[in-house]
Amino acid sequence: MTPAFVLRRIGFYVLICAITLFFAVPMLWIASAPFDASPGLGVHWPDWTLENVRKTLDHPYAMHSMVNSLLICVTTAVAVTAFAALASYALSRVRIPGRDALLYGLLLLSSVVTGTAAMVPIFVMMFQLGLIDSRFGVALVMTGGLLPAAIFILKDFVDAVPKSYEESARVFGASTGQILRDVVLPVARPGLATIMVWAFVNSWGNFLVPFLLIRSIDKQPGAVLMQTLTDEGGSVNLQVLPVFSLLFSIPVVVLYLLVNSRYGFRFHGGIKS
Amino acid sequence: MTSATAPARGRAPARDVAGLGVGRALGFVAPAMLLIGAFLIFPALWTIYIGITNYRLTGVEAVSPSMVGLSNYTKALNDALFHNALWLTLLFVLGSAIIGQNILGFTLAWVLRRARPVVRRTVEAFTLLAWILPSTVVAYLWVAFYDRDGGTLNGILGTPGTAWLIDYPMACLVVFNTWRGTAFSMMLYSSALQAVPPSQLESARMVGASGWQTLRDIVFPHIRGHVLTNTLLISLWTANDFSPFLLTKGGPNHESETVPVYIYNVALQGGELGYSSAISFLLLIANLLVSLVYLRLLRRRS
Repeated sequence: MTPAFVLRRIGFYVLICAITLFFAVPMLWIASAPFDASPGLGVHWPDWTLENVRKTLDHPYAMHSMVNSLLICVTTAVAVTAFAALASYALSRVRIPGRDALLYGLLLLSSVVTGTAAMVPIFVMMFQLGLIDSRFGVALVMTGGLLPAAIFILKDFVDAVPKSYEESARVFGASTGQILRDVVLPVARPGLATIMVWAFVNSWGNFLVPFLLIRSIDKQPGAVLMQTLTDEGGSVNLQVLPVFSLLFSIPVVVLYLLVNSRYGFRFHGGIKS
Repeated sequence: MTSATAPARGRAPARDVAGLGVGRALGFVAPAMLLIGAFLIFPALWTIYIGITNYRLTGVEAVSPSMVGLSNYTKALNDALFHNALWLTLLFVLGSAIIGQNILGFTLAWVLRRARPVVRRTVEAFTLLAWILPSTVVAYLWVAFYDRDGGTLNGILGTPGTAWLIDYPMACLVVFNTWRGTAFSMMLYSSALQAVPPSQLESARMVGASGWQTLRDIVFPHIRGHVLTNTLLISLWTANDFSPFLLTKGGPNHESETVPVYIYNVALQGGELGYSSAISFLLLIANLLVSLVYLRLLRRRS
Protein backbone atom coordinates (compact mmCIF):
# COMPACT_ATOMS: atom_id res chain seq x y z
CA MET A 1 0.00 0.00 0.00
CA THR A 2 1.59 3.20 -1.19
CA PRO A 3 0.89 6.48 0.64
CA ALA A 4 -0.82 7.78 -2.50
CA PHE A 5 -3.20 4.84 -2.43
CA VAL A 6 -4.01 5.37 1.25
CA LEU A 7 -4.63 9.06 0.62
CA ARG A 8 -6.94 8.26 -2.25
CA ARG A 9 -8.89 5.80 -0.09
CA ILE A 10 -9.27 8.41 2.65
CA GLY A 11 -10.39 10.98 0.10
CA PHE A 12 -12.91 8.51 -1.27
CA TYR A 13 -14.50 7.87 2.13
CA VAL A 14 -14.51 11.54 3.09
CA LEU A 15 -16.34 12.33 -0.15
CA ILE A 16 -18.84 9.51 0.34
CA CYS A 17 -19.49 10.55 3.94
CA ALA A 18 -19.96 14.19 3.00
CA ILE A 19 -22.45 13.35 0.26
CA THR A 20 -24.36 10.90 2.45
CA LEU A 21 -24.59 13.49 5.23
CA PHE A 22 -25.84 16.07 2.75
CA PHE A 23 -28.69 13.75 1.82
CA ALA A 24 -29.37 12.34 5.27
CA VAL A 25 -29.21 15.31 7.62
CA PRO A 26 -32.31 17.17 6.37
CA MET A 27 -34.20 13.87 6.66
CA LEU A 28 -33.14 12.99 10.20
CA TRP A 29 -35.55 15.49 11.66
CA ILE A 30 -38.56 13.58 10.38
CA ALA A 31 -37.33 10.55 12.30
CA SER A 32 -36.88 12.37 15.61
CA ALA A 33 -39.42 15.22 15.77
CA PRO A 34 -42.58 13.07 15.56
CA PHE A 35 -41.67 11.28 18.79
CA ASP A 36 -40.24 14.18 20.72
CA ALA A 37 -42.08 15.55 23.76
CA SER A 38 -40.66 19.03 23.13
CA PRO A 39 -40.20 19.10 19.37
CA GLY A 40 -38.16 21.91 17.87
CA LEU A 41 -37.16 22.56 14.30
CA GLY A 42 -33.65 21.27 14.79
CA VAL A 43 -32.45 17.67 14.92
CA HIS A 44 -31.77 16.46 18.44
CA TRP A 45 -32.18 13.23 20.37
CA PRO A 46 -35.88 13.08 21.23
CA ASP A 47 -37.48 12.88 24.63
CA TRP A 48 -39.57 9.87 23.57
CA THR A 49 -43.36 10.18 23.59
CA LEU A 50 -46.37 9.11 21.55
CA GLU A 51 -48.36 12.17 22.51
CA ASN A 52 -47.83 13.78 19.08
CA VAL A 53 -49.16 10.70 17.35
CA ARG A 54 -52.30 10.81 19.49
CA LYS A 55 -52.70 14.55 18.76
CA THR A 56 -52.41 13.86 15.02
CA LEU A 57 -54.95 11.05 15.07
CA ASP A 58 -57.34 13.34 17.00
CA HIS A 59 -56.80 16.29 14.66
CA PRO A 60 -60.11 17.17 12.96
CA TYR A 61 -58.69 17.18 9.44
CA ALA A 62 -55.48 15.15 9.44
CA MET A 63 -56.82 11.63 9.00
CA HIS A 64 -59.70 12.93 6.94
CA SER A 65 -57.24 14.37 4.42
CA MET A 66 -55.59 10.96 4.12
CA VAL A 67 -58.97 9.55 3.11
CA ASN A 68 -59.30 12.35 0.55
CA SER A 69 -55.84 11.55 -0.81
CA LEU A 70 -56.74 7.90 -0.99
CA LEU A 71 -60.00 8.64 -2.80
CA ILE A 72 -58.36 10.89 -5.38
CA CYS A 73 -55.33 8.69 -5.95
CA VAL A 74 -57.16 5.36 -6.21
CA THR A 75 -59.58 6.88 -8.73
CA THR A 76 -56.68 8.32 -10.72
CA ALA A 77 -54.60 5.13 -10.58
CA VAL A 78 -57.49 2.90 -11.67
CA ALA A 79 -58.57 5.25 -14.48
CA VAL A 80 -55.02 5.71 -15.76
CA THR A 81 -54.34 1.98 -15.73
CA ALA A 82 -57.61 1.01 -17.42
CA PHE A 83 -57.51 3.61 -20.19
CA ALA A 84 -53.77 3.28 -20.78
CA ALA A 85 -54.06 -0.51 -20.95
CA LEU A 86 -56.77 -0.38 -23.63
CA ALA A 87 -54.98 2.28 -25.65
CA SER A 88 -51.52 0.75 -25.43
CA TYR A 89 -52.73 -2.70 -26.42
CA ALA A 90 -54.50 -1.35 -29.49
CA LEU A 91 -51.54 0.82 -30.42
CA SER A 92 -49.13 -2.07 -30.03
CA ARG A 93 -51.06 -4.70 -31.96
CA VAL A 94 -53.15 -2.88 -34.55
CA ARG A 95 -51.88 -0.64 -37.31
CA ILE A 96 -54.23 2.32 -36.79
CA PRO A 97 -53.77 5.01 -39.47
CA GLY A 98 -51.52 7.81 -38.20
CA ARG A 99 -50.27 5.72 -35.30
CA ASP A 100 -46.64 6.86 -35.35
CA ALA A 101 -47.62 10.52 -35.47
CA LEU A 102 -50.01 9.92 -32.59
CA LEU A 103 -47.31 8.26 -30.51
CA TYR A 104 -44.85 11.05 -31.20
CA GLY A 105 -47.51 13.59 -30.26
CA LEU A 106 -48.21 11.80 -26.99
CA LEU A 107 -44.54 11.71 -26.13
CA LEU A 108 -44.24 15.45 -26.74
CA LEU A 109 -47.39 16.19 -24.77
CA SER A 110 -46.18 14.34 -21.71
CA SER A 111 -43.23 16.67 -21.29
CA VAL A 112 -44.50 19.92 -22.84
CA VAL A 113 -47.85 20.43 -21.10
CA THR A 114 -46.71 20.50 -17.49
CA GLY A 115 -48.92 21.33 -14.55
CA THR A 116 -47.35 24.76 -14.15
CA ALA A 117 -47.67 25.67 -17.82
CA ALA A 118 -51.33 24.61 -17.91
CA MET A 119 -52.47 25.70 -14.47
CA VAL A 120 -54.26 28.85 -15.61
CA PRO A 121 -56.38 27.30 -18.39
CA ILE A 122 -57.10 24.24 -16.23
CA PHE A 123 -58.22 26.44 -13.38
CA VAL A 124 -60.42 28.53 -15.71
CA MET A 125 -61.86 25.44 -17.37
CA MET A 126 -62.75 23.69 -14.12
CA PHE A 127 -64.12 26.97 -12.78
CA GLN A 128 -66.47 27.31 -15.74
CA LEU A 129 -67.45 23.65 -15.56
CA GLY A 130 -68.35 24.10 -11.90
CA LEU A 131 -65.77 21.48 -10.88
CA ILE A 132 -63.93 23.68 -8.39
CA ASP A 133 -63.83 22.01 -4.99
CA SER A 134 -64.55 18.59 -6.47
CA ARG A 135 -62.27 15.66 -5.66
CA PHE A 136 -63.53 13.92 -8.78
CA GLY A 137 -62.45 16.93 -10.84
CA VAL A 138 -58.95 16.70 -9.36
CA ALA A 139 -58.79 13.00 -10.27
CA LEU A 140 -59.90 13.78 -13.84
CA VAL A 141 -57.23 16.42 -14.35
CA MET A 142 -54.53 14.15 -12.93
CA THR A 143 -55.67 11.26 -15.11
CA GLY A 144 -55.45 13.40 -18.24
CA GLY A 145 -51.99 14.56 -17.24
CA LEU A 146 -50.59 11.08 -16.53
CA LEU A 147 -52.13 9.20 -19.45
CA PRO A 148 -49.66 10.07 -22.25
CA ALA A 149 -46.63 8.81 -20.30
CA ALA A 150 -48.62 5.82 -19.01
CA ILE A 151 -49.60 4.78 -22.54
CA PHE A 152 -45.99 5.02 -23.56
CA ILE A 153 -44.61 2.94 -20.75
CA LEU A 154 -47.32 0.30 -21.16
CA LYS A 155 -46.93 0.15 -24.92
CA ASP A 156 -43.24 -0.58 -24.43
CA PHE A 157 -44.28 -3.33 -22.10
CA VAL A 158 -46.91 -4.84 -24.43
CA ASP A 159 -44.47 -4.66 -27.35
CA ALA A 160 -42.14 -6.90 -25.37
CA VAL A 161 -44.83 -9.54 -24.76
CA PRO A 162 -44.46 -12.30 -27.38
CA LYS A 163 -47.37 -12.49 -29.79
CA SER A 164 -47.20 -16.26 -29.87
CA TYR A 165 -49.44 -16.60 -26.79
CA GLU A 166 -52.25 -14.77 -28.51
CA GLU A 167 -51.61 -16.58 -31.78
CA SER A 168 -51.88 -20.03 -30.26
CA ALA A 169 -55.01 -19.07 -28.34
CA ARG A 170 -56.48 -17.99 -31.62
CA VAL A 171 -55.49 -21.18 -33.36
CA PHE A 172 -57.46 -23.03 -30.68
CA GLY A 173 -60.49 -20.93 -31.55
CA ALA A 174 -60.60 -18.43 -28.69
CA SER A 175 -62.64 -15.30 -29.33
CA THR A 176 -61.04 -11.84 -29.18
CA GLY A 177 -62.68 -11.20 -25.81
CA GLN A 178 -61.38 -14.48 -24.42
CA ILE A 179 -57.86 -13.80 -25.69
CA LEU A 180 -57.81 -10.38 -24.05
CA ARG A 181 -59.25 -11.61 -20.76
CA ASP A 182 -57.54 -14.96 -20.39
CA VAL A 183 -54.25 -14.50 -22.22
CA VAL A 184 -53.25 -10.84 -22.51
CA LEU A 185 -54.46 -9.66 -19.11
CA PRO A 186 -52.56 -12.25 -17.02
CA VAL A 187 -49.38 -11.83 -19.05
CA ALA A 188 -49.54 -8.04 -18.78
CA ARG A 189 -50.21 -8.04 -15.02
CA PRO A 190 -46.72 -6.90 -13.88
CA GLY A 191 -46.86 -3.99 -16.33
CA LEU A 192 -50.34 -3.03 -15.19
CA ALA A 193 -49.36 -3.24 -11.52
CA THR A 194 -46.35 -1.05 -12.15
CA ILE A 195 -48.39 1.58 -13.95
CA MET A 196 -50.99 1.57 -11.23
CA VAL A 197 -48.38 2.11 -8.53
CA TRP A 198 -46.66 4.76 -10.64
CA ALA A 199 -49.91 6.67 -11.15
CA PHE A 200 -50.81 6.35 -7.48
CA VAL A 201 -47.44 7.63 -6.26
CA ASN A 202 -47.47 10.49 -8.74
CA SER A 203 -50.92 11.69 -7.77
CA TRP A 204 -50.22 11.16 -4.06
CA GLY A 205 -47.37 13.66 -4.21
CA ASN A 206 -49.11 16.09 -6.56
CA PHE A 207 -49.58 19.39 -4.81
CA LEU A 208 -50.38 21.87 -7.56
CA VAL A 209 -53.59 20.40 -9.01
CA PRO A 210 -55.53 19.96 -5.75
CA PHE A 211 -54.07 23.22 -4.44
CA LEU A 212 -55.57 25.04 -7.44
CA LEU A 213 -58.89 23.25 -7.54
CA ILE A 214 -59.89 22.52 -3.94
CA ARG A 215 -61.06 25.24 -1.63
CA SER A 216 -62.69 23.72 1.45
CA ILE A 217 -60.41 22.24 4.08
CA ASP A 218 -62.50 19.09 4.54
CA LYS A 219 -61.93 18.10 0.92
CA GLN A 220 -58.19 18.77 0.82
CA PRO A 221 -55.86 15.83 0.24
CA GLY A 222 -52.84 15.41 2.51
CA ALA A 223 -50.44 17.31 0.28
CA VAL A 224 -52.57 20.46 0.43
CA LEU A 225 -53.54 20.10 4.09
CA MET A 226 -49.86 20.17 5.03
CA GLN A 227 -49.52 23.53 3.34
CA THR A 228 -52.71 24.85 4.99
CA LEU A 229 -51.51 23.79 8.44
CA THR A 230 -48.03 25.22 7.85
CA ASP A 231 -49.57 28.58 6.94
CA GLU A 232 -51.74 28.54 10.06
CA GLY A 233 -48.63 28.11 12.19
CA GLY A 234 -48.87 27.70 15.94
CA SER A 235 -48.28 24.57 17.95
CA VAL A 236 -49.93 22.37 15.31
CA ASN A 237 -46.83 23.03 13.31
CA LEU A 238 -44.58 21.10 15.62
CA GLN A 239 -46.88 18.49 17.09
CA VAL A 240 -49.07 17.37 14.22
CA LEU A 241 -47.09 18.11 11.07
CA PRO A 242 -44.01 15.95 11.75
CA VAL A 243 -46.16 12.90 12.51
CA PHE A 244 -48.36 13.68 9.56
CA SER A 245 -45.35 14.00 7.22
CA LEU A 246 -44.15 10.63 8.36
CA LEU A 247 -47.55 8.96 7.87
CA PHE A 248 -48.03 10.67 4.54
CA SER A 249 -44.65 9.40 3.28
CA ILE A 250 -45.19 5.77 4.26
CA PRO A 251 -47.42 4.71 1.32
CA VAL A 252 -44.97 6.11 -1.22
CA VAL A 253 -41.94 4.43 0.30
CA VAL A 254 -43.72 1.11 0.82
CA LEU A 255 -45.05 1.02 -2.74
CA TYR A 256 -41.64 1.92 -4.10
CA LEU A 257 -39.98 -0.89 -2.18
CA LEU A 258 -42.73 -3.31 -3.19
CA VAL A 259 -42.49 -2.63 -6.91
CA ASN A 260 -38.73 -2.54 -6.74
CA SER A 261 -38.39 -5.91 -5.03
CA ARG A 262 -41.22 -7.63 -6.86
CA TYR A 263 -40.52 -6.56 -10.41
CA GLY A 264 -36.98 -5.24 -10.09
CA PHE A 265 -38.34 -2.08 -11.55
CA ARG A 266 -37.26 1.42 -10.68
CA PHE A 267 -39.02 4.67 -11.15
CA HIS A 268 -36.36 5.86 -13.49
CA GLY A 269 -36.52 7.63 -16.76
CA GLY A 270 -39.31 10.05 -17.46
CA ILE A 271 -41.31 7.80 -15.30
CA LYS A 272 -41.39 10.19 -12.43
CA SER A 273 -42.11 13.60 -13.86
CA MET B 1 -36.92 8.60 -20.32
CA THR B 2 -36.98 4.88 -20.81
CA SER B 3 -40.14 5.06 -22.82
CA ALA B 4 -38.66 7.51 -25.25
CA THR B 5 -36.96 4.90 -27.37
CA ALA B 6 -40.32 3.49 -28.30
CA PRO B 7 -41.08 5.42 -31.52
CA ALA B 8 -38.26 3.63 -33.30
CA ARG B 9 -39.53 0.27 -32.12
CA GLY B 10 -43.08 1.30 -33.00
CA ARG B 11 -42.22 1.13 -36.66
CA ALA B 12 -41.94 -2.62 -36.51
CA PRO B 13 -44.94 -4.13 -38.31
CA ALA B 14 -47.80 -4.59 -35.89
CA ARG B 15 -49.69 -7.83 -36.20
CA ASP B 16 -53.24 -7.87 -35.03
CA VAL B 17 -52.89 -11.26 -33.37
CA ALA B 18 -56.03 -11.08 -31.26
CA GLY B 19 -58.23 -10.15 -34.23
CA LEU B 20 -59.19 -6.80 -32.78
CA GLY B 21 -59.68 -4.96 -36.07
CA VAL B 22 -59.12 -1.26 -36.72
CA GLY B 23 -62.65 -0.31 -35.61
CA ARG B 24 -62.42 -1.85 -32.16
CA ALA B 25 -58.82 -0.68 -31.83
CA LEU B 26 -59.99 2.90 -32.32
CA GLY B 27 -62.63 2.25 -29.68
CA PHE B 28 -59.86 1.12 -27.30
CA VAL B 29 -57.84 4.26 -27.92
CA ALA B 30 -60.79 6.66 -27.77
CA PRO B 31 -61.39 7.00 -23.99
CA ALA B 32 -57.74 7.82 -23.32
CA MET B 33 -57.69 10.29 -26.20
CA LEU B 34 -60.84 11.99 -24.96
CA LEU B 35 -59.34 12.55 -21.51
CA ILE B 36 -56.01 13.70 -22.94
CA GLY B 37 -57.83 15.98 -25.35
CA ALA B 38 -60.00 17.51 -22.65
CA PHE B 39 -57.44 17.94 -19.88
CA LEU B 40 -54.16 18.40 -21.73
CA ILE B 41 -54.54 19.47 -25.37
CA PHE B 42 -57.53 21.73 -24.92
CA PRO B 43 -56.00 23.67 -21.99
CA ALA B 44 -52.74 24.05 -23.89
CA LEU B 45 -54.52 25.51 -26.92
CA TRP B 46 -56.84 27.57 -24.78
CA THR B 47 -53.89 29.48 -23.24
CA ILE B 48 -53.45 31.04 -26.68
CA TYR B 49 -57.00 32.37 -26.60
CA ILE B 50 -57.07 33.51 -22.96
CA GLY B 51 -53.67 35.10 -23.55
CA ILE B 52 -55.09 37.62 -26.05
CA THR B 53 -57.96 38.68 -23.77
CA ASN B 54 -58.08 40.79 -20.61
CA TYR B 55 -59.89 38.04 -18.71
CA ARG B 56 -59.77 38.47 -14.93
CA LEU B 57 -60.71 36.41 -11.91
CA THR B 58 -63.04 39.11 -10.57
CA GLY B 59 -64.61 42.37 -11.74
CA VAL B 60 -66.15 43.44 -15.07
CA GLU B 61 -63.57 41.58 -17.18
CA ALA B 62 -64.49 38.35 -15.40
CA VAL B 63 -68.01 38.54 -16.82
CA SER B 64 -67.28 39.93 -20.27
CA PRO B 65 -63.61 39.77 -21.21
CA SER B 66 -62.60 41.53 -24.40
CA MET B 67 -59.89 40.83 -26.95
CA VAL B 68 -56.78 42.90 -26.43
CA GLY B 69 -54.62 41.49 -29.23
CA LEU B 70 -50.97 41.11 -28.33
CA SER B 71 -50.95 43.70 -25.58
CA ASN B 72 -50.35 41.02 -22.92
CA TYR B 73 -47.17 40.07 -24.74
CA THR B 74 -45.98 43.66 -25.11
CA LYS B 75 -46.73 44.06 -21.40
CA ALA B 76 -44.52 41.05 -20.65
CA LEU B 77 -41.69 42.65 -22.65
CA ASN B 78 -41.74 45.66 -20.33
CA ASP B 79 -42.63 43.91 -17.08
CA ALA B 80 -39.70 44.15 -14.70
CA LEU B 81 -41.16 41.43 -12.47
CA PHE B 82 -41.42 39.03 -15.42
CA HIS B 83 -37.80 39.74 -16.36
CA ASN B 84 -36.91 39.09 -12.74
CA ALA B 85 -38.78 35.75 -12.87
CA LEU B 86 -36.99 34.74 -16.08
CA TRP B 87 -33.61 35.62 -14.60
CA LEU B 88 -34.32 33.69 -11.37
CA THR B 89 -35.53 30.66 -13.35
CA LEU B 90 -32.33 30.76 -15.34
CA LEU B 91 -30.28 30.88 -12.14
CA PHE B 92 -32.36 28.07 -10.66
CA VAL B 93 -31.94 25.82 -13.71
CA LEU B 94 -28.26 26.63 -14.10
CA GLY B 95 -27.42 26.23 -10.43
CA SER B 96 -29.53 23.27 -9.40
CA ALA B 97 -29.99 21.25 -12.61
CA ILE B 98 -27.19 21.93 -15.07
CA ILE B 99 -24.51 22.26 -12.40
CA GLY B 100 -25.88 20.79 -9.16
CA GLN B 101 -27.77 17.64 -10.13
CA ASN B 102 -25.56 16.91 -13.13
CA ILE B 103 -22.24 17.12 -11.31
CA LEU B 104 -23.36 15.54 -8.04
CA GLY B 105 -25.21 12.81 -9.95
CA PHE B 106 -22.21 12.02 -12.09
CA THR B 107 -19.83 12.12 -9.14
CA LEU B 108 -22.02 9.65 -7.26
CA ALA B 109 -22.32 7.34 -10.25
CA TRP B 110 -18.55 7.46 -10.86
CA VAL B 111 -17.48 7.06 -7.24
CA LEU B 112 -20.04 4.39 -6.35
CA ARG B 113 -19.36 2.28 -9.42
CA ARG B 114 -16.66 0.29 -7.64
CA ALA B 115 -17.68 0.88 -4.04
CA ARG B 116 -18.64 -2.03 -1.81
CA PRO B 117 -22.32 -3.03 -2.19
CA VAL B 118 -23.14 -1.97 1.38
CA VAL B 119 -21.75 1.52 0.85
CA ARG B 120 -23.35 1.78 -2.54
CA ARG B 121 -26.77 0.73 -1.37
CA THR B 122 -26.73 3.02 1.65
CA VAL B 123 -25.83 6.11 -0.35
CA GLU B 124 -28.32 5.22 -3.07
CA ALA B 125 -31.07 4.70 -0.50
CA PHE B 126 -30.72 8.25 0.84
CA THR B 127 -30.56 9.89 -2.60
CA LEU B 128 -33.55 7.88 -3.77
CA LEU B 129 -35.52 8.73 -0.66
CA ALA B 130 -34.96 12.43 -1.38
CA TRP B 131 -36.35 11.78 -4.86
CA ILE B 132 -39.45 9.76 -4.02
CA LEU B 133 -40.80 11.54 -0.92
CA PRO B 134 -43.86 13.74 -1.60
CA SER B 135 -42.92 17.32 -2.45
CA THR B 136 -44.85 18.89 0.43
CA VAL B 137 -43.00 16.65 2.87
CA VAL B 138 -39.55 17.51 1.56
CA ALA B 139 -40.44 21.19 1.40
CA TYR B 140 -41.51 21.05 5.05
CA LEU B 141 -38.28 19.25 5.95
CA TRP B 142 -36.19 21.95 4.32
CA VAL B 143 -38.18 24.82 5.80
CA ALA B 144 -37.39 23.33 9.20
CA PHE B 145 -33.75 22.75 8.19
CA TYR B 146 -33.30 26.40 7.16
CA ASP B 147 -35.31 27.85 10.04
CA ARG B 148 -34.04 30.96 11.77
CA ASP B 149 -34.77 29.76 15.31
CA GLY B 150 -33.44 26.31 16.01
CA GLY B 151 -33.09 25.07 12.43
CA THR B 152 -30.53 22.32 11.94
CA LEU B 153 -28.43 24.34 9.50
CA ASN B 154 -27.86 27.12 12.04
CA GLY B 155 -27.00 24.44 14.59
CA ILE B 156 -24.38 22.86 12.31
CA LEU B 157 -22.80 26.10 11.17
CA GLY B 158 -23.03 27.80 14.56
CA THR B 159 -24.87 30.75 13.08
CA PRO B 160 -27.92 31.13 15.32
CA GLY B 161 -30.53 33.60 14.14
CA THR B 162 -29.63 33.53 10.44
CA ALA B 163 -32.85 33.48 8.40
CA TRP B 164 -31.52 31.58 5.39
CA LEU B 165 -34.77 31.57 3.41
CA ILE B 166 -35.10 35.33 3.79
CA ASP B 167 -31.47 36.37 3.41
CA TYR B 168 -30.41 33.94 0.67
CA PRO B 169 -33.63 32.56 -0.87
CA MET B 170 -32.25 31.60 -4.29
CA ALA B 171 -29.18 29.85 -2.87
CA CYS B 172 -31.50 27.90 -0.57
CA LEU B 173 -33.67 26.84 -3.49
CA VAL B 174 -30.67 25.76 -5.55
CA VAL B 175 -29.32 23.57 -2.73
CA PHE B 176 -32.81 22.20 -2.07
CA ASN B 177 -33.44 21.25 -5.69
CA THR B 178 -29.99 19.69 -6.07
CA TRP B 179 -30.78 17.51 -3.07
CA ARG B 180 -34.23 16.72 -4.41
CA GLY B 181 -33.34 15.71 -7.96
CA THR B 182 -29.82 14.25 -7.97
CA ALA B 183 -31.07 10.64 -7.83
CA PHE B 184 -32.29 10.81 -11.42
CA SER B 185 -28.94 11.91 -12.83
CA MET B 186 -27.15 9.40 -10.64
CA MET B 187 -29.24 6.49 -11.97
CA LEU B 188 -28.96 7.67 -15.55
CA TYR B 189 -25.18 8.08 -15.36
CA SER B 190 -24.68 4.76 -13.58
CA SER B 191 -26.33 2.93 -16.42
CA ALA B 192 -24.49 5.06 -18.99
CA LEU B 193 -21.14 4.28 -17.35
CA GLN B 194 -21.74 0.58 -17.82
CA ALA B 195 -21.44 1.16 -21.56
CA VAL B 196 -17.85 2.37 -21.21
CA PRO B 197 -15.60 -0.57 -22.23
CA PRO B 198 -13.58 -1.71 -19.18
CA SER B 199 -10.63 -2.55 -21.44
CA GLN B 200 -10.23 1.11 -22.40
CA LEU B 201 -10.29 2.17 -18.75
CA GLU B 202 -7.73 -0.51 -18.01
CA SER B 203 -5.35 0.62 -20.73
CA ALA B 204 -5.71 4.23 -19.61
CA ARG B 205 -4.60 3.10 -16.17
CA MET B 206 -1.69 1.16 -17.68
CA VAL B 207 -0.32 4.20 -19.51
CA GLY B 208 -0.63 6.16 -16.27
CA ALA B 209 -3.39 8.56 -17.24
CA SER B 210 -4.64 10.69 -14.37
CA GLY B 211 -8.23 10.37 -13.19
CA TRP B 212 -9.14 13.61 -14.87
CA GLN B 213 -7.54 12.56 -18.20
CA THR B 214 -9.40 9.26 -18.09
CA LEU B 215 -12.69 11.03 -17.53
CA ARG B 216 -12.09 13.56 -20.28
CA ASP B 217 -10.63 11.34 -22.99
CA ILE B 218 -12.29 7.98 -22.39
CA VAL B 219 -15.42 8.26 -20.29
CA PHE B 220 -16.83 11.51 -21.57
CA PRO B 221 -16.86 10.64 -25.32
CA HIS B 222 -18.89 7.54 -24.46
CA ILE B 223 -21.52 9.29 -22.39
CA ARG B 224 -21.70 12.62 -24.22
CA GLY B 225 -25.18 11.83 -25.59
CA HIS B 226 -26.42 10.92 -22.11
CA VAL B 227 -25.04 14.13 -20.64
CA LEU B 228 -26.89 16.17 -23.26
CA THR B 229 -30.25 14.43 -22.97
CA ASN B 230 -30.05 14.30 -19.18
CA THR B 231 -29.27 18.00 -18.99
CA LEU B 232 -32.18 18.88 -21.26
CA LEU B 233 -34.62 16.75 -19.30
CA ILE B 234 -33.67 17.93 -15.81
CA SER B 235 -33.57 21.54 -17.03
CA LEU B 236 -37.10 21.18 -18.36
CA TRP B 237 -38.33 19.69 -15.08
CA THR B 238 -36.54 22.28 -12.98
CA ALA B 239 -37.86 25.21 -15.00
CA ASN B 240 -41.41 23.88 -14.51
CA ASP B 241 -40.97 22.95 -10.86
CA PHE B 242 -43.55 24.42 -8.50
CA SER B 243 -41.82 23.45 -5.23
CA PRO B 244 -40.09 26.85 -4.81
CA PHE B 245 -43.59 28.02 -3.93
CA LEU B 246 -43.68 25.59 -1.01
CA LEU B 247 -40.44 26.95 0.45
CA THR B 248 -40.65 30.68 -0.13
CA LYS B 249 -43.87 31.52 -2.03
CA GLY B 250 -41.61 33.64 -4.25
CA GLY B 251 -40.58 35.96 -1.44
CA PRO B 252 -39.19 37.92 0.15
CA ASN B 253 -40.14 40.76 -2.19
CA HIS B 254 -40.06 38.59 -5.38
CA GLU B 255 -36.47 37.51 -4.69
CA SER B 256 -37.21 33.84 -5.38
CA GLU B 257 -40.18 34.18 -7.72
CA THR B 258 -39.36 31.76 -10.55
CA VAL B 259 -41.64 31.66 -13.61
CA PRO B 260 -44.03 28.95 -12.28
CA VAL B 261 -44.47 30.83 -9.00
CA TYR B 262 -44.88 34.11 -10.91
CA ILE B 263 -47.62 32.59 -13.08
CA TYR B 264 -49.44 31.43 -9.96
CA ASN B 265 -49.11 34.74 -8.18
CA VAL B 266 -50.22 36.79 -11.21
CA ALA B 267 -53.16 34.47 -11.96
CA LEU B 268 -54.55 33.61 -8.55
CA GLN B 269 -53.26 36.33 -6.24
CA GLY B 270 -53.45 39.18 -8.77
CA GLY B 271 -56.41 37.74 -10.68
CA GLU B 272 -54.92 38.62 -14.10
CA LEU B 273 -55.85 35.45 -15.94
CA GLY B 274 -55.28 36.91 -19.42
CA TYR B 275 -51.79 38.15 -18.69
CA SER B 276 -50.77 34.97 -16.85
CA SER B 277 -52.00 32.90 -19.80
CA ALA B 278 -49.75 34.84 -22.13
CA ILE B 279 -46.80 33.99 -19.87
CA SER B 280 -47.93 30.34 -19.65
CA PHE B 281 -47.96 30.22 -23.43
CA LEU B 282 -44.35 31.43 -23.53
CA LEU B 283 -43.45 28.66 -21.07
CA LEU B 284 -45.25 26.10 -23.26
CA ILE B 285 -43.25 27.23 -26.29
CA ALA B 286 -40.00 26.97 -24.35
CA ASN B 287 -40.98 23.46 -23.21
CA LEU B 288 -41.85 22.50 -26.77
CA LEU B 289 -38.50 23.65 -28.13
CA VAL B 290 -36.53 21.80 -25.44
CA SER B 291 -38.60 18.63 -25.93
CA LEU B 292 -38.15 18.68 -29.71
CA VAL B 293 -34.39 18.92 -29.36
CA TYR B 294 -34.46 16.20 -26.71
CA LEU B 295 -36.46 13.77 -28.84
CA ARG B 296 -34.29 14.46 -31.87
CA LEU B 297 -31.16 13.65 -29.88
CA LEU B 298 -32.72 10.46 -28.50
CA ARG B 299 -33.71 9.28 -31.94
CA ARG B 300 -30.30 9.87 -33.36
CA ARG B 301 -28.81 7.80 -30.56
CA SER B 302 -31.15 4.84 -31.06
